[in-house]
Amino acid sequence: MVTLSLPLQAQTQLFEPFFGKKSQAIIIMSFDPLPKQDEVDPEVASFIQMESQKAELQAQVHKLADVCWEQCVDRPRDKLDSRTETCVSNCVERFIDTSLTIATRFQKILQGAAGGM
Amino acid sequence: MDFSSGLPPGGKMDSASKEQLMSQVKQQIALANAQELLQKMSEKCYKKCISKPGTTLDNSEQKCIAMCMDRYMDTWNLVSRVYGQRLQRESSRMS
Repeated sequence: MVTLSLPLQAQTQLFEPFFGKKSQAIIIMSFDPLPKQDEVDPEVASFIQMESQKAELQAQVHKLADVCWEQCVDRPRDKLDSRTETCVSNCVERFIDTSLTIATRFQKILQGAAGGM
Repeated sequence: MDFSSGLPPGGKMDSASKEQLMSQVKQQIALANAQELLQKMSEKCYKKCISKPGTTLDNSEQKCIAMCMDRYMDTWNLVSRVYGQRLQRESSRMS
């Protein structure tokens, strides 16, 4: 279903393909609250929500470390030299820029398709 | 009937079992995180250090693996820092 203005949650879901299936939010730190259930203790529920956010972020770090290691580290030496550090740091930033750019453009394409109908 | 312990209707757990549950969850997440890191390092360092698998891991291969592990963890920490800073920048830009 395409709506003219994608809700924030749909925007965050656009990042999914680039960061792995399970991620819900990358840049936009909005997470759906757990569905309201009378049986769930509110303190436990918010704890679980916090912990799963942290786990999502860690999963992104694993993913990014993988990508940037492949691109930046040739032969492991006795320390990360400054060139490698710069490469890794740029790699993270540009990877995020890329997913943002693609998500924005993809959203425009979706809006265009919806507008033409 | 006494509903003050265990799991009464309404779901209020007593604080001891709540704490136990939370620390178990934390532990399991930490374990999963460590396993993921181990798996990645094995994969990455095998690729970097073992070009022709011989009958044993020779000395230079073992040295390479140790170095590779240390550098992978450096990279992981650097990525985590840069990523965290970026998230903070983005969230302050949005608000």
